[in-house]
Amino acid sequence: MGRSRLRFLGRRVRRGADVMTTAVGSFFMKHRRLLVIAVPMVWLLIFFLAPFLVVFKISFSEAAMARPPYLPLTSWEDGRLLITLNLGNYQFLLEDPLYLLSLISSVQIAAVSTIFALLIGYPMAWFIARSPSRRRNILLMLVILPFWTSFLLRVYAWIGILRSTGVINNTLLALGIIDEPLVMLQTNFAVYIGIVYTYLPFMILPLYANLSRLDPALLEAAADLGAKPATTFLTVILPMSLPGIIAGSMLVFIPAIGEFVIPALLGGPDTLMIGKILWTEFFNNRDWPVASAVAMVLLAIIVLPLVRFRRARG
Amino acid sequence: MKRIPLLSIMALIGFIFLYAPILSLVVYSFNESRLVTVWSGFSTKWYGELLRDPQILGAAWISLKVAVASATISLVLGTMASLALVRYGRFRFRELFSGMTTAPLVMPDVITGISLLLLFVTMEALFGWPAGRGLLTIIIAHTTFCMAYVAVVVETRLINVDRSVEEAAADLGAKPLRIFFDVTLPSIAPALVSGWLLAFTLSLDDLVIASFVAGPGSTTLPMLIFSKVRLGVSPDVNALATILIGLVAIGIAISAFVMTRNGRSSETDA
Repeated sequence: MGRSRLRFLGRRVRRGADVMTTAVGSFFMKHRRLLVIAVPMVWLLIFFLAPFLVVFKISFSEAAMARPPYLPLTSWEDGRLLITLNLGNYQFLLEDPLYLLSLISSVQIAAVSTIFALLIGYPMAWFIARSPSRRRNILLMLVILPFWTSFLLRVYAWIGILRSTGVINNTLLALGIIDEPLVMLQTNFAVYIGIVYTYLPFMILPLYANLSRLDPALLEAAADLGAKPATTFLTVILPMSLPGIIAGSMLVFIPAIGEFVIPALLGGPDTLMIGKILWTEFFNNRDWPVASAVAMVLLAIIVLPLVRFRRARG
Repeated sequence: MKRIPLLSIMALIGFIFLYAPILSLVVYSFNESRLVTVWSGFSTKWYGELLRDPQILGAAWISLKVAVASATISLVLGTMASLALVRYGRFRFRELFSGMTTAPLVMPDVITGISLLLLFVTMEALFGWPAGRGLLTIIIAHTTFCMAYVAVVVETRLINVDRSVEEAAADLGAKPLRIFFDVTLPSIAPALVSGWLLAFTLSLDDLVIASFVAGPGSTTLPMLIFSKVRLGVSPDVNALATILIGLVAIGIAISAFVMTRNGRSSETDA
C-alpha cells in the first residue's frame, strides 16, 4: 500500500470526523441552552419531584398483604371508575399520641442541637475568619475533613466513648471522680451530642463565609467610637452575620428533624424521633401507607424552614 | 485584646470535639480485646479478620461500584445544572429548577428514601422499569441527591470564573463547544474534581436511602456496618473505619500536594 494512499485515507477519515463534529456542534449550538437546562431538569422532575406525588398518593392508600403491600386507589366497577381515598392513615396519626409526641420531640431535639451547634460553631467560625490567611485554609480544611470520613462510623465512634464501659466512664472511674458509670448512651443526651457533632461543619462553613466578608474597618470604627468588645459584637458583628446564622442553622435544623441513624444508634427506646418512627413503620411493620403519611407530615414541617433556607442562600 | 485567648480556647475545644471520636476509633482498632473499649494490648488481628470476611469485601465492592457510577453521573448532571443557573440568566421554571437543585441538600434521608422507593415500585408497575431493585436503583437515588452537592460546588467556582478569556476565545473565532472544552472546563476543573470526590464520598457513606431502594442482592457497606453495629460494638468495624480514614487521609494529602503545585500561580481563589 502506497504512502500517498495512506495519507489520502487519513485525510478522508479526518474530514469525516470534522463533518461529524460540526454536525454535532451545530445541533448542540442550536439546542445548547435547551439541552443544558432540560437534561438535569427532567432528571429532577422524575426522580425528585414526582416521588413526592407518589408518596402523597400512597399516603391515601390502605395497607394490605400484597406486593406492593398497599391497595390501589382506583378501581373499575360496572364501568365506573371508583377512587377510594383512605384518610385513615392521617386519622391514625392524629389519634395515636405517639406520633404527635415524636413530632414535637423531633423538633425540640433538632432545635436544641441547632442552638448548641451555633454556640460551638460561632466562636470557631469567628476564630478562623480572624486568623492570618495562611493559617485560615488549614483551619478550614480541619473543619471539612471529618465530613469526608464516614458519617456512620463517626456516630459509631460515640458508642465507644459514651457507653458505660466507654472512654469517658473508664477515665472518670480511674480518676476516682465517680463511683459507678454514668448512663450516657441510649439517652437523649447522646442524641444531642451525635447531632451537634455530625452537623457542626454545616454550621461553621456558612458562618465563616459570612464572617470572613465582614469589613474589619467596621470593627475599628466601632472601637474608635468607644464601643466595648461586647457592644461591638452585639451591635455590629452579630446583626451583620445574621444571614450566615440563618443558613447554618437551617443546614443543621432541617436534616436533624428527620434524622434516623443518630437516634437509632445513640438514642434509647424512649427517644422519640419522627425519622425513627417512619423507619419502623416501613421496615418493621411493613405499613407503607402509614409510613407515607408520616413522610408527608415531616415534609410539611420542613417546608417553611426550607423556604427560609433558600432565601438565606439566594 | 484579652478576648483572643478565650476565643482560641473555645476554638481548640471545638477542634478536639471534632477529632477525639475519630482518634478513638483508630486507637481501639489496634486493641486485642473483643471488648472494644478495654485496652488489653496492641494487635492487628481485627485487620486480618476484616480482610478474610467475604461479606464485608462483597459489600465494599458493591458500594465502590455504586459510588463511582453515581459520582460520575451526578458530576455531569450537576455541572449542567450549575451552568444553567449561572450562565443562562432567566428561563422558564428557573425558580422550580433552582429549588430542586438546593432542596436535596437538606432533605431528610428518610423522605428521599421512601419517596424514591415508592416511585420505583410505581414505575415498575406501570412500565416494567426498573425491573426489581438493586444496583441500578441505588445509583439513580444516589445520583439524585449527589448532583445537588456537585451543583453547589461547581456553581461557586463558575461564578468566579473570569469570562473575558471566553470572550477572547470567541472573538478569535472559537466555536462555543470548543470554548467550553478548552477554556471553561479547565478553569472549573478543581471544582469538578472536588465535586466528584464529594459525590463519591456521600454515596459511599449513605445508609438510609440505600436501605430503602436496595434489593436483596445489593447490600452496601454502610448497610452491613449498620447491621453489625446495631448488635453492639465490634472491633472489626473499628479496623474498617481506620482503613477508610487512612484512605481519605492519603487522598487529601495527594490533593493538597497537587493543589500546592498547581496553585502557586492562582493563589487568589480560596
